Amino acid sequence: MTGWRALLLPHRLLLMALFAGFVIWCALSLRWDWLPDYLPLAVEGLWRTIWILAVTCILGFLLAIPLGLAQAVGPWYLAAPARAFCTIIRGTPLLLQIWLLYYGFGSLFPQFPWIRASELWPYLRQAWPYAVLALTLSYAGYEGEVMRGAFSSVNKGQLEAARAFGMPRRMIFRRVWLPQAIRNVLPTLGGETILQLKATPLVATITVIEIYAVSSRVRADTFIVYEPLLLLALVYMIIAGIIALIFGRIESRVPNRRQG
Amino acid sequence: MTAESRQPPAPAPAETAIIVENLHKSFGSLEVLRGVSLTARKGDVVAIIGGSGSGKSTMLRCINFLETPTSGRIVVNDEEIAIRPDGRPANRRQIERIRTRLGMVFQAFNLWTHRTLLENVIEVPVHVLKTPRTQAIARALALLDRVGLADKADTFPAFLSGGQQQRAAIARALAVDPTVMLFDEPTSALDPELVGEVLSVIRDLAAEGRTMLIVTHEMKFAREVADHVVYLHQGRIEEEGPPERVFGAPQSARLRQFLQTVG
Repeated sequence: MTGWRALLLPHRLLLMALFAGFVIWCALSLRWDWLPDYLPLAVEGLWRTIWILAVTCILGFLLAIPLGLAQAVGPWYLAAPARAFCTIIRGTPLLLQIWLLYYGFGSLFPQFPWIRASELWPYLRQAWPYAVLALTLSYAGYEGEVMRGAFSSVNKGQLEAARAFGMPRRMIFRRVWLPQAIRNVLPTLGGETILQLKATPLVATITVIEIYAVSSRVRADTFIVYEPLLLLALVYMIIAGIIALIFGRIESRVPNRRQG
Repeated sequence: MTAESRQPPAPAPAETAIIVENLHKSFGSLEVLRGVSLTARKGDVVAIIGGSGSGKSTMLRCINFLETPTSGRIVVNDEEIAIRPDGRPANRRQIERIRTRLGMVFQAFNLWTHRTLLENVIEVPVHVLKTPRTQAIARALALLDRVGLADKADTFPAFLSGGQQQRAAIARALAVDPTVMLFDEPTSALDPELVGEVLSVIRDLAAEGRTMLIVTHEMKFAREVADHVVYLHQGRIEEEGPPERVFGAPQSARLRQFLQTVG
């Protein structure tokens, strides 16, 4: 209730009016006649953006768990490679990683007849597997570092209580340590996922036609520059908003931790 | 397999619940326990007192191997915990099984903060002891009711006072129907006005004939509920006996001095 009432404050009303005016102006005085022609392509591109984001975030996070665990509590021979991986990923541009994978492996693989003969070849000759791999590794690298902190930050008493009641180690990890670690870094993960969304246009450079690539196509075909870009910005903002909403939901389901 | 049979253990046959024999524990070069022996029969309430650094918490934590003893023998319910020469438990399964029989209550409560009180209480019965969920829930609700938290079952620990959290932690420990309850300074982290509510729950458990080892700073409480009081000083048992004697007519000068300082 009060939340809605707060929207009616004068300065907010003014801002909303300005924004509405801008939208109306855009709709009326800019060129949108290209839109119907490119709509099917745009929907396809949007869909590709979303699944690339979802798949790379999920796979990347699954990789981040062992990476974080190895760094937080692992023996040196696991911790050192995990740390090296995270450092390299975080220390080099994502664009470079995508290109190294695509142009590197992509030109290496065809030289081996047994790879070309393998059942994976139909996939390996396309661009998207390299895009997915690069984005997955990138997310894993950043989140591996986040999870390292998350695992160390879980209160030792929480784990001790689980031990004291006879929980086996795997169960402690699954039911206490991991959920609490994730809970502690949910806000960070939400932000990182939005960053990941905004990193997806880079895969357009290796011919994966996602939503950004579609807007470039429109520009190249029709020489219309601003309209596709404005629409693109809107699309990214909406997806980012949805991501923030989802993470906010999960966060509010388990209220914050600290005891006493 | 555990939920049904919960009448208080009959006091008549005085079987031993816990035997600690010649327990040593060092942290690096610091020798915290220097040969402590202790026996608790079923139904006994043993209060363990002593100054800070006397090793009383460490002793309690050695019983369920939250700390690994350097050497010594620990027998729970007539089952000796198998240890390797370096003091580590030889059989993880055994130690896990025995831990489920020892309901531990911590100074800092340590309720799982990502779960509601009800979830906290059913966690071990459902996932470790494999009690059917509906049965575990019914029992958990009864236990929460018993510690006066029936209306907080769906609340997260973060929204509760320390006293409420500790009472919930006691319910969690009771939910496994423990043979022995271990209390590690259960009221030390509480504001003074919250101590009473927790002590009264523990007092009820004592009256019910539960076997309990209580590390505590509450001397009045110890005197009132304990059958046996152990005074630890610098990792050794300096004096022990029934509460009337330990508090009323302490033999050792150190204990007399200790009792004077804690009031």
